Amino acid sequence: MALLEVVDVSKTFPGVRALDGVSFTLKPGEVHALVGENGAGKSTLIKVLTGVYQPDGGELRYQDKPSQFGTPMDAQRAGISTIYQEVNLVPLMSVAQNLFLGREPRNRFGLIDRKRMDREARTILSDYGVSADVRRPLGTLALGAQQMVALARAVMIDAKVVIMDEPTSSLEPREVQTLFGVIRDLHARGIGIVYVSHRLDELYEICDAVTILRDGKLVHTGRLADLERIKLVSLMLGRDMAEVRREGATAFSGAATGDDQAPPVLRVRELNSRHKLHDVSFDVRPGEVVGLGGLLGAGRSETIKAVGGAYHLDSGDIEVDGKDLRKPTPVRAVRAGIAVQPEDRKAEGIVPGLSVRENIALAVLPRVSRGGLVSDAKIDAIVERFMTRLRIKASSPDQAVGDLSGGNQQKVLLARLLATDPKVLLLDEPTRGIDVGAKAEVQSLIDELAAEGLGVVLVSSDAEELVEGSDRVVVLRDGVVVGTLTGDEVTTEDLMSTIAKDTREH
Amino acid sequence: MSTETVAARPTIDGARLRAWLPKYGVYIAIVLLVLYNIFFTPYFLTWSNLRIQLIQVAPIVIVALGMALVIGTEGIDLSVGSVMALAAALIPLYLGYGVVAAVLVSLLAGVAVGLINGVLVAKVGLQPIVATLALFVGGRGLAVVISEGKLKDIRDPNLLYLGSGDLLGIPVLVWIAAALVLVIAFVVRRTVFGRRLLAIGGNRPATELAGLPVKRVLITVYVVCAVLASIAGLLSVARIQSSDASAVGLLIELSAITAVVVGGTPLTGGKVRVLGTVAGALLMQLVIATMIKHNLQPSTTEMVQAVIILIAVYVARERKTR
Repeated sequence: MALLEVVDVSKTFPGVRALDGVSFTLKPGEVHALVGENGAGKSTLIKVLTGVYQPDGGELRYQDKPSQFGTPMDAQRAGISTIYQEVNLVPLMSVAQNLFLGREPRNRFGLIDRKRMDREARTILSDYGVSADVRRPLGTLALGAQQMVALARAVMIDAKVVIMDEPTSSLEPREVQTLFGVIRDLHARGIGIVYVSHRLDELYEICDAVTILRDGKLVHTGRLADLERIKLVSLMLGRDMAEVRREGATAFSGAATGDDQAPPVLRVRELNSRHKLHDVSFDVRPGEVVGLGGLLGAGRSETIKAVGGAYHLDSGDIEVDGKDLRKPTPVRAVRAGIAVQPEDRKAEGIVPGLSVRENIALAVLPRVSRGGLVSDAKIDAIVERFMTRLRIKASSPDQAVGDLSGGNQQKVLLARLLATDPKVLLLDEPTRGIDVGAKAEVQSLIDELAAEGLGVVLVSSDAEELVEGSDRVVVLRDGVVVGTLTGDEVTTEDLMSTIAKDTREH
Repeated sequence: MSTETVAARPTIDGARLRAWLPKYGVYIAIVLLVLYNIFFTPYFLTWSNLRIQLIQVAPIVIVALGMALVIGTEGIDLSVGSVMALAAALIPLYLGYGVVAAVLVSLLAGVAVGLINGVLVAKVGLQPIVATLALFVGGRGLAVVISEGKLKDIRDPNLLYLGSGDLLGIPVLVWIAAALVLVIAFVVRRTVFGRRLLAIGGNRPATELAGLPVKRVLITVYVVCAVLASIAGLLSVARIQSSDASAVGLLIELSAITAVVVGGTPLTGGKVRVLGTVAGALLMQLVIATMIKHNLQPSTTEMVQAVIILIAVYVARERKTR
């Protein structure tokens, strides 16, 4: 008997097959982990379950009957509640009002009975570990408490299925335990829970079953207790343990570069940022490629952005060439010789409406101008140099970057970074979403740049790319450095076992 | 194969037309309207008529230039009319110290307003429409207080020369507007500031991450816009030979935004069409003039303006799918 079930669903967006024949079964009282890396299809599957998307093919069954949810409202009425990372309540209304929104208790005149509402809200929320004044606006509560209110509300409206999308990403450890208490309670009441998270320890603590997606396909489903951690990681990252040894899938030479004796060009010490980074430290020597390994949400992108001055740090030191970068901001970081290639190329990388030329020259305008007037000749020299070196294919330097292919957009972005003459290059998923040819070109470029003496930090969710491209791999989990792979240890097997290592069983 | 090419042709032309219209539509509209007037409006093609039209449009053009820069950063400035009023109110107060002092003081008022707007937008992080709304309301109030709510006559010959004098047969006012157009076009095309402004409008997170001084550029943009508005304010005083803080620049923010949008500058930022903005202002001026010459009600004129704005926005709208 299944509570909520999809059979062989597919969903295609222009150019992407987001779900390809995926089946998923949630039983009553089951806590079901849904895992997969970026682009695996988790969010699409959730959106199909909650009526945001209509599947192109396949069937949705709810309580053993074929169902169709035209809108998220239909799904909610039927008893499927979703708690998103970003809490979707009304921040300016009181906690109690949020909890009872649409179902406020009335007095005998048909008006809202505030006293009763506040009283009941207090009782309900105390079960969820929320002791705040229920008359306060919801927005003044900590994010964790807000999430509890959202959860309480979801359960109150007779939910039979609760979908939680990374519910612990902004919670304190104590709050996580309260959440788990609530989940166990729901579990006992026969409510089915879909639990999306990347924290392995949590999954093994709270979940009964697991479904793993990769590239829109179902790769595994079954009892979680029967699945070893290392197996889970390898299924997520897409490498069969048997074929982990396969070499030569990337264009990296594999030759180690970097001088062991040289002083580090980048020294990162004890970066801390609430919930995200805890005492992250590592060094990068000139000519060295240091990989940052870990699952989604491990703190890789946060680390890179923090070094680039674009992520809030509570404490930590960043030194470039022995000089301390006090109070890092993007302006100071660039001036110190740090160049960051952000993960989201379109949102934070290129300026799509401007030409290839303008994009490449963007960060070096003062250098190619005199008295505030830009010199076209100087810009052309730089643009030509990098268009040739990176083999950027555009109809002309004046073509808008937004019209180029993904690979060429990425090369334009790299050209912009290199034009600033950086000492350290931080690359966050440099080959994501670009074609095979461009991928190989970018990979060999990284090798070349390291050989020229640049310090490189590489983040890639492609385990093979990370291992073959890096001389050393620093492995992060939940914002903590859990290991460093050097020399012969830089293999996908070691990477996966370090990621999967159980830290709770000591 | 052959069916494909036949089917493909009209869509290619459609796409080309869609890329072409927002850029050049405003010029075509001007040509058509001028042709219509030449044939159907008596006394249209006379020097005195053209003169009046140009004098009337000059302050709008000057304000619209600043507005175009602000819109290029994905912002908007509602306070320009109030800045004009402030400049107008300060002129009679300081005219006693000479024209230069009076002009400097009113320009300084523009700098101050621009700084407040810029800081609110760039540092405090308010949305431009809200940040500039404060001074849209408060600025004119202050101007009326400064002028004690009185209309003051201006008799200083030097100042009046700016408003009604001629140089080589062309009004000084028009010369000033034309010079400012050239300066702003040059700034947008040739300077570091201009390039940065466009990049910020095109993708602000990316420019921040690239290490550009985003806040400084944004504040400068709002200062430039407010200074241009104060120039327009003092020129208006010079033209009408009196200072009336409650009337100068009233609703000009709407005319300026209209000129910018009709001229093909997208509200989404990242692009500034300086000549298009001038043409947009000219087109709206021509439309109004044509309506008046044909004795149509002001209400009709307003509705026609609305239709033109809608057409401009429709033509310039982003394609949903690529």
